[in-house]
Amino acid sequence: MDWSSILSNAARSAIGLETVIYALAAIGLNVQFGYAGLLNFGQAAFVAVGAYGLAITVTVLGLPFWLGVVVGLLGAVLLAVLLGIPTLRLRADYLAIATIAAAEIVRLTVRSATLREQTGGSSGLSGFAEGFYALSPLEQGRSYGFGPWVFSARLAWILLVGWVLIALCCTVVFLLMRSPWGRVLKGIREDEDAVRSLGKNVYAYKMQALVIGGVIGALAGFVFGIGRASVQPDLYGTELTFFIYTVLLLGGAARVLGPVVGAAVFWVALVLIENVLIQAVGAGFIPSAVMDSTQVGQVRFMLVGLALMLLMIFRPQGIFGDRRELAIDAR
Amino acid sequence: MPADETRPTTTPGGASPGGGGSHPAPAPPERLDGADGATPAPAPGPRALAARAALRDVPRVPGAPKPDPVLVADGVVRRFGGLTAVDVAHVEIQRGAITALIGPNGAGKTTFFNLLTGFDRPDEGTWTFEGRSLARVPAHRVARRGMVRTFQLTKALSRLTVIENMRLGATGQVGERLASAMFGWLWRGQEESNTRRADELLRRFKLDAKREDFAGSLSGGQRKLLEMARALMTEPRLVMLDEPMAGVNPALTQSLLEHVKDLREQGMTVMFVEHDMDMVRDISDWVVVMAQGAVVAEGPPDAVMADPAVIDAYLGGHHDAPLTEEGEEEQLAAAEAELEREHDREVGR
Repeated sequence: MDWSSILSNAARSAIGLETVIYALAAIGLNVQFGYAGLLNFGQAAFVAVGAYGLAITVTVLGLPFWLGVVVGLLGAVLLAVLLGIPTLRLRADYLAIATIAAAEIVRLTVRSATLREQTGGSSGLSGFAEGFYALSPLEQGRSYGFGPWVFSARLAWILLVGWVLIALCCTVVFLLMRSPWGRVLKGIREDEDAVRSLGKNVYAYKMQALVIGGVIGALAGFVFGIGRASVQPDLYGTELTFFIYTVLLLGGAARVLGPVVGAAVFWVALVLIENVLIQAVGAGFIPSAVMDSTQVGQVRFMLVGLALMLLMIFRPQGIFGDRRELAIDAR
Repeated sequence: MPADETRPTTTPGGASPGGGGSHPAPAPPERLDGADGATPAPAPGPRALAARAALRDVPRVPGAPKPDPVLVADGVVRRFGGLTAVDVAHVEIQRGAITALIGPNGAGKTTFFNLLTGFDRPDEGTWTFEGRSLARVPAHRVARRGMVRTFQLTKALSRLTVIENMRLGATGQVGERLASAMFGWLWRGQEESNTRRADELLRRFKLDAKREDFAGSLSGGQRKLLEMARALMTEPRLVMLDEPMAGVNPALTQSLLEHVKDLREQGMTVMFVEHDMDMVRDISDWVVVMAQGAVVAEGPPDAVMADPAVIDAYLGGHHDAPLTEEGEEEQLAAAEAELEREHDREVGR
């Protein structure tokens, strides 16, 4: 078994494209779920709106790249407001139901054959990312980085921008959550009637949290779309939302760096298990009667699932969480 | 008596220790607050005397007009399906007094509270606070106008520390606006002055030792104290307490009572729902009795408790009587109605 390639692949994935996408999406979810207690089960929809907003504006309408970014962000705001108006006055579980349904509506709409001209149907859209790569100061054809972290100029550029976005979002979340505004949000998570009785407009705060989390989710969508240079509807299914929740809980909800560390750990674990299994099968350590190399993809998720169950049993607060805090009954 | 140090200067001689008050404290064997264990309760403060004097000539009939009402409700009706939970024709609450709202279980006291504070909407009726209508005003605006409430089931914000709970109570915070939240220099000064005020209140309520603890780790009585202190952070003029003594350790009740009286001495109006008759007799200036959704009697505590209509409501009614088969059925029906009401409220939100 080639351990050096296994380890270098794992190390690369710690800061890789998937980690950036999931970290950004989970930072947004952290604002909604971790701090405000909003059960948004449609974060995939916000990611999709970001990615498709950009792709449709650039590829279909032929408008410049920056305008695509603006459309994606506005789309996320609009989706949050549309979802929030009817559900945020209701009990928390109504938002969960509405968001999970809305995420499927978004995915099935962009996937529909009727809209093939506008959204590319099930095969999606491509050719919108060049505007982004044209902005790159990095020299094409060279590679950048050191040690195991050597990336092509294109990948290095999107990773660089992605990590800058993560740093920015974490700073914003940190500043917001130590402010009185963040205190109101945490109060709402604990008991919104108590906060209402103290003269705070709970509805407005919940809406603000939903919009901010959605906009950060759209940033994840930009990185997702640009990194793959294409958008495909089935990448924005409900499992994306559940992986984002996994990442958030893994790192520790209501912690500023929780989503980032959670995303890195999640992807390192996934890549590590996959590489080890592939090599073990290839070297004959695992007989083909038990598993062949095509089944590795599924088995790695089983093992990650098992690891997560153990984590939730033995460290339910996540990596950064405070056990003392979790021990307190929320009501 | 450290509690006196933080008393405002507006109560000169309000709490002279050993002043030979007419309500000697029962001197319980152990006091959680430990401060004024054996000293007798202070004599009624000037505002208590003023409140009682003002109410002396008020007729003892339901809906009696008060000389200086702060809260006036007219024809407030709330129905849950076929059941009329609240049907209050007219009631006035005197400014600067402590008014108790009593009645048997299911009389609609808490529902009436919810209606007045905007946590529920009535089917009919108008009510005004300080002369301004509160009909269709959302709960948070009611609180901002100076009418703050606490809850029967205490709502301490468990995973916030005690001091954060307190800071949350302050109104008009610049840092609570999204646009300025990220810029600490815009709100830090205000935050510091709010914190000073919070610390003062915590000292008064003897919670200062718990300042950095999660509110969820407090005992039931301490949570009640915290909820009351937090409500005071909004600088209210009318404080509505929903069963402030429920689930409180007897050792803490005396100190809670003193805090409620203290609110009146600071010029606030207090209205509270309570089942503990000793407490009602001890601290209230005026008592409003509800039964089956309506106000059935009003008056000073002693007069009301001797009123046959009140005794009827409590004892003659089915509620506290020993269970006969018929009574049991009625209680069952009442419980079912209660459940349904709960359900309606959830759905209606």
